[in-house]
Amino acid sequence: MSEFLLPSLGADMEAATLVEWNVKPGDKIQRGTIVAAVETDKGIIDIELFEEGVIDALLVQPGEKVPVGAVLATFHSDGETAAPPSSETITVQTPAASQPVIENAPAPVAQATMPTTERQRISPAARRRARELDVDAEQVVGSGPHGAVTSDDIEKFAAAAEAAAVKVPAAKAAAATAAEKSAAGMRRVIAAAMARSKRDIPHYYLSTTIDMTAALTWLTQQNADRAIGDRIVYAVLLLKAVARALAKAPELNGVFVDGEFRASSTAHIGVAISLRQGGLVVPTLRDVDRKDIATLMREFNDLVERARSGHLRGSELLDSTLTVTSLGEQGVEVVYPIIYPPQVAIVGFGAIVERPWAIDGMLAVRRVITATLAADHRVSDGHRGGRFLAALDRLLQQPELL
Amino acid sequence: MNRTEIETLVRQKLFEIAPDLEGEPIDPNVEIRAQYDFDSMDFLHFVVALHKATGVEIPETDYPKLANLNGCIDYLTSATNR
Repeated sequence: MSEFLLPSLGADMEAATLVEWNVKPGDKIQRGTIVAAVETDKGIIDIELFEEGVIDALLVQPGEKVPVGAVLATFHSDGETAAPPSSETITVQTPAASQPVIENAPAPVAQATMPTTERQRISPAARRRARELDVDAEQVVGSGPHGAVTSDDIEKFAAAAEAAAVKVPAAKAAAATAAEKSAAGMRRVIAAAMARSKRDIPHYYLSTTIDMTAALTWLTQQNADRAIGDRIVYAVLLLKAVARALAKAPELNGVFVDGEFRASSTAHIGVAISLRQGGLVVPTLRDVDRKDIATLMREFNDLVERARSGHLRGSELLDSTLTVTSLGEQGVEVVYPIIYPPQVAIVGFGAIVERPWAIDGMLAVRRVITATLAADHRVSDGHRGGRFLAALDRLLQQPELL
Repeated sequence: MNRTEIETLVRQKLFEIAPDLEGEPIDPNVEIRAQYDFDSMDFLHFVVALHKATGVEIPETDYPKLANLNGCIDYLTSATNR
């Protein structure tokens, strides 16, 4: 019999709440089967089991919070004997589990309320209005499409409450909405990681402004010949160029653990993806240096879609060897990023802007981007960082070679 | 498709990308990207969704014409009624 433990999905993760099971006792599983969804401070994450076998028992009910390393389920591989039935065995209806049923329980047990995997649909504007009016949005029934809570719903609720002389619970005093809890939890994780980074990692910063004319011209030509669904965004060019440039500065690609640097032989790039409900996640795009642009675009697109719909897999939050972040879409020209430990470097890109540019002694207008490298001075120095940025610039002048 | 049908379609596709926008008023003359915090991936998904729904080919060079809701409606109405 084997045990499936709650994996750690990040250095700061201590526990998670089981949201739903995707398997039930008796189900056959393959390597990489998504067996459950758990809620962490990073949001709802699908977790996989990397062995083959048959599920014996589910030991945690939806809604239950357990620490990292807790046994979530038992299973057996071919040749192993199945686990004997347990009074704690939980049978759930999958995939859209309703109230879990505990078989053979010695005494009646209060069933945990299944937390909704459908987040309350509420617009940012309605959420803001709820805060302004001191309304607990969770109390409001939405009249928008698919039950969405609108600003109008919030206004009517507040007016009705006032008319009935009912004290509307203050948004601060009342329990936070699920979305606000999630955002607050995510903020705590980010805060802890960034504070540790600034405390433990001696950062140095280098930046360079890169002429993107060649890259963007090449991209436009490429996309003109591509079906609309296969078009490539410039962010993918930047990711590939970063991955290739690491060959000139391998001290930037790896992790610093137990007092030593462990270089990676390939570039697994953590890509910062903002979420519409606030916060961000940083899933990993693997082997970026070894894949062609079209493949990277497909994988990047898939990651973005699943990140924003809350369907990232646990394995996708691990093992990145360097992170890339871009704030250009927000109009920021220069980013000064903070290294995400245990990585030793991060690259930030700003907006693509038109600037006067000297070419062979003549003034022209070029579309340029500023790339900033933040790196760990325990592992590399400015010379290495400079080589990396110079390589990045050269690669983006010959995008057809990426 | 007539203009009203196109507008309904465009709004629907906007809400598929950004479900938090449903029920909220949309200023038809303000840039979608700025108004609704769309990044380049959101916009690409939006354009792909419009293409799939209407069959209209939308070259990258025409993206500026789809900057706001009215622009989208004008563009697609013209393209679907040629």
